[in-house]
Amino acid sequence: MTTTAQAERPAVRKSPPGAARGPRRRTGRIHRVGLPYLLLLPALLLELLVHLVPMVIGIVMSFKELTQFYIRDWGAAPWSALDNYKVSVDFDAPVGEALLHSFLVTVAFTLLSVGLCWLTGTAAAVFMQDTFRGRGLLRALFLVPYALPVYAAVITWVFMFQHDNGLVNHVLHDQLGLTDKPSFWLIGDNSFVALLTVSVWKGWPFAFLIVMAGLQNIPRELYEAAALDGAGVWQQIRRITLPSLRPVNQVLVLVLFLWTFNDFNTPFVLFGRTAPEAADLISVHIYQASFVTWNFGTGSAMSVLLLLFLLLVTGGHLVLTSRGRRSAS
Amino acid sequence: MRSIRAAAAGAVTLSLALAATACGGGSATGGGSNDSPKTLTYWASNQGASIEVDKKVLQPELDKFEKQTGIKVKLEVVPWSDLLNRILTATTSGQGPDVLNIGNTWSASLQATGALLPWDAKNFGKIGGRDRFVDSALGSTGAEGEDPAAVPLYSMSYALYYNKKMFADAGISKPPATWDELVADGKKLSKDGKWALGMEGSNPSENIHHAFVFAKQHGADFFTADGKPDFTSDGTVAAVKQYVDLMAEDKVIAPGNAEYAQNQSVSDFAKGKTAMLLWQSASANLASQGMSEDDYGIAPVPVQSGAPGTGKQVNSMVAGINLAVFKNTDNTDGATKFVKFMTSDAEQKILNKAYSTIPPVKSAQSDAAFATPATTVLKDTLANSAVALPQVADESQFETAVGTAIKGLFADAAAGRPVTTGSVKAALEKAQQQMPAA
Repeated sequence: MTTTAQAERPAVRKSPPGAARGPRRRTGRIHRVGLPYLLLLPALLLELLVHLVPMVIGIVMSFKELTQFYIRDWGAAPWSALDNYKVSVDFDAPVGEALLHSFLVTVAFTLLSVGLCWLTGTAAAVFMQDTFRGRGLLRALFLVPYALPVYAAVITWVFMFQHDNGLVNHVLHDQLGLTDKPSFWLIGDNSFVALLTVSVWKGWPFAFLIVMAGLQNIPRELYEAAALDGAGVWQQIRRITLPSLRPVNQVLVLVLFLWTFNDFNTPFVLFGRTAPEAADLISVHIYQASFVTWNFGTGSAMSVLLLLFLLLVTGGHLVLTSRGRRSAS
Repeated sequence: MRSIRAAAAGAVTLSLALAATACGGGSATGGGSNDSPKTLTYWASNQGASIEVDKKVLQPELDKFEKQTGIKVKLEVVPWSDLLNRILTATTSGQGPDVLNIGNTWSASLQATGALLPWDAKNFGKIGGRDRFVDSALGSTGAEGEDPAAVPLYSMSYALYYNKKMFADAGISKPPATWDELVADGKKLSKDGKWALGMEGSNPSENIHHAFVFAKQHGADFFTADGKPDFTSDGTVAAVKQYVDLMAEDKVIAPGNAEYAQNQSVSDFAKGKTAMLLWQSASANLASQGMSEDDYGIAPVPVQSGAPGTGKQVNSMVAGINLAVFKNTDNTDGATKFVKFMTSDAEQKILNKAYSTIPPVKSAQSDAAFATPATTVLKDTLANSAVALPQVADESQFETAVGTAIKGLFADAAAGRPVTTGSVKAALEKAQQQMPAA
């Protein structure tokens, strides 16, 4: 995203050739300068309507005491100043403590999930770089989890994770005998593992797709030259593939991070309205705080805090990566 | 040049249109009107085995209503998992149905939003008067001392469903009347991969219904008389522990039930995997799963000792569906007429028969269809030993907080971790802290 912005900047500065002086010419200039903005206006308004207005309303809501008594007429809800935020970040009290716990679970989950997605996706893409019989078929097969509708895919996992008749317990317990007794995957502590499994299964094909596209841009000559110089496969990957993939990886990791951190569908379909504590992701937690307990003010405050955190991470990421790029060039 | 001017004009027009729609989104939050007297929208809850079944049951009746009054009713059957959210969204946006079904335990919570038409004496007069309805059903239509937010439509109560053949095979002659008997019978029944009792450990509402009744039997309540949450009294802790102990200590419930939330326990019972089931009006559901009515018996839910009654002898919540009118409907008269139609004797008989529920309308109960052994148990329970869940504004939050706490306790029990008085109390303490401070 930054690259396009930087690329466009010089174009804007360019002044129209033959800038005019007289009054007649000036109106002409206003026309010429004004027209692009006029044509941009619908897009701008749509952007406002679709993006900014709901966000602003959400932020306004976070300063109100918007409970079931007021949802019918938002205007009547009393202003609560920073009360919703105070409740959310008071980590000694139950609500704040639960939010912090949920936040930490989400961070751990996101780091693991993004790491595993990236590792699996990159490994698969590197292995699939050479042509061999059935490569197209395998590529298509790998993309299936990404192409499936989320609900259908995750509900299948729910069936597989079931305690009594699930496939996972059948294989792990009945056939391999790895566990003493069938485990619970959808309740209790194992739910974290279940959630991570589904998330990685669902997310790695995207990493695979992007890295595969990135690999196409690395000139073959580099590998040939390296091979002539006696570099092994591992060295080729370390010295050529990974450095060349750097720009791709930077965007990929950021996007995966944001998606995973905000993922609502996977935990909601897996666990329903009330997630087990070990897998209490923040998006579901906020949903529960607002919809299940009907306190939309606190829910909004938590959402705003989440937004701030993600802005911070994204901003930090952009600063770091752009600095790295500048020093490299 | 002309094309540029056209583009500019187009851009301006589009912008104006967008601005206009953005400003015009608001809706009236005031009272109702009679602006569109010929149509109604009706959200029905999912009562039958599937949404299709419901449509088949309801559509002929709606056609009848159209023939009588000329009002066309648009039907939408909303699944349980979506219903409360849909109602909340409709409340917030003001864009809702005219008439809707609500779970009767939500009455007080939804009443607090002010979105539903209050049933004062005048409105009740339009549908034949308050006296037509059974008292226990009216007790679950809103906070005490306020005009009801809805009128009862279908009534249900919990009962003990038991598999006759499995009981006979285990040499048990009659269904258990007390929890001690249930546990003793359960130990005989739980063997060879079969289990005595089924339940839905991951369904917060189901957990609440049972915990509430157990609490009553221990002489305790989850709310104080003035509506404050009180989850950690000795009685409530003992009640929740006794409930979870059916799995943890007594081992008459299969550990796998801890993750049930989609009525799997009904399927297990229909397939003969479990011998007993505590459920509300399960007959229609069991029939649709291929279990013949001759294969199972229905008995009152057990009590601690003695026979079901009031006070500590309570053995069910008042379960049921209420019919409510959205306050900002644009067809108030039509909506009232529709409520009158749905609560008329004739319709009450037809609908409650179809759903194997009990009519909350006294004069409809006399029909022979509601005098079978099965419905008699439900009817007697409703009349004598059922109590409405707390009618307080925070009821939905209570269901979530305590229901989730019990789900966690069942997860512990299933994993073989000990469930002690201490751990139960800690879980309930945490649930209470999550409740709104007010």
